Amino acid sequence: MSDNKTTNKSEWPLWEVFIRSKAGLDHKHAGSLHAADFEMAIENARDVYTRRMEGVSIWVVESNNIHASDPGQSESMYDPASDKIYRHPTFYNLPDEVKYM
Amino acid sequence: MTQFSFQQHFDDKIDRDETIEPKDWMPDDYRKTLIRQISQHAHSEIVGMLPEGNWISRAPTLRRKAVLLAKVQDEAGHGLYLYSAAETLGISRDEMYDQLHSGKAKYSSIFNYPTLTWADMGAVGWLVDGAAIMNQVPLCRTSYGPYARAMVRVCKEESFHQRQGFEIMLNLSKGSEIQRKMAQDAFNRWWWPSLMMFGPPDAESPNTENSVRWRIKRLTNDELRQKFVDVTVEQAKILGLTIPDKDLKWNEERGHFDFGAIDWAEFKNVVKGNGPCNKQRLETRKKAWEEGQWVRDAATAHASKRKSRKENEAKAA
Repeated sequence: MSDNKTTNKSEWPLWEVFIRSKAGLDHKHAGSLHAADFEMAIENARDVYTRRMEGVSIWVVESNNIHASDPGQSESMYDPASDKIYRHPTFYNLPDEVKYM
Repeated sequence: MTQFSFQQHFDDKIDRDETIEPKDWMPDDYRKTLIRQISQHAHSEIVGMLPEGNWISRAPTLRRKAVLLAKVQDEAGHGLYLYSAAETLGISRDEMYDQLHSGKAKYSSIFNYPTLTWADMGAVGWLVDGAAIMNQVPLCRTSYGPYARAMVRVCKEESFHQRQGFEIMLNLSKGSEIQRKMAQDAFNRWWWPSLMMFGPPDAESPNTENSVRWRIKRLTNDELRQKFVDVTVEQAKILGLTIPDKDLKWNEERGHFDFGAIDWAEFKNVVKGNGPCNKQRLETRKKAWEEGQWVRDAATAHASKRKSRKENEAKAA
């Protein structure tokens, strides 16, 4: 994959872009882009991901600083939660007369 | 898990219409097919800016100029979304650029046709973007997550591209006799290449079967082409333009329009590099890349200088 001359020679690092679409909402992953530093990453994110007023705030994180869970471990990670339905309010049967609960 | 169970797990996910994400196991051919398709798509967005860039300085009004600039800027953005999606499969951006510049990777051969008059901006928006949207809407549900998400964004932005093109055609078709002729001439030249955009007929499309099985493609080339013909014929009537196909006829039984034979020899020839503008497009693209090298180098040098200055300041403190 890296046998040609220009690969990664001068490629800018990859950044992940997170955008808050309006005040009060969480930042959400929008995509990624390349930039030399964080300032350029924010400026590029503005041009690439907010051309139609999609955001009021931008976060950028260098991609190699993101650590993710392993999809191969999904069963042991998430399945134990599926047999604990008593964590949900609908598990409890209450008489209809009970209001506001 | 054994190789078999990885494959089984992947197949089950595809069958359940679940998305595949970058860190999930996937068959090599699935990865390769996606890299080819997504990067080709990205290259098409980037090269697709060139025939239109040609008209930015010659747009007839300030409104048209602003619209064309916005459209071309969107195309740059779409290329970037798609390159990012392809990168999640383990290919680098520079590697994809190399493949484009060396001619190893293809882009949509529609962009190897020239844009001769202002009416071509109308025809390109209406037909070329129209065909692209027809292709792209089903891709919003494609099985590879990052590709599907990029396509949702692309489709959302692209509908104005087609509408602005149709509006140009509408104005010309209501204009003077010369303007009407100009619109018809552009239509004549872009109609057949637009039909070719959907790719070779299903029977000769080597990638279709696997791509449909993997839900990379949701509809086949011929299905999409037929859909495009059916809607575009009606739109041409509104413009009062004549479809340049004497065999075009409504087929009551099929519930679709029948259309004439596509010149696949021409298509293959353009793909091979012998279209009217192949050389020019690639040279323009390479020149832009090479002449931007000093900017990329300067930004890298600036970033690393600043970083080391910051580190030194921290040490001194």
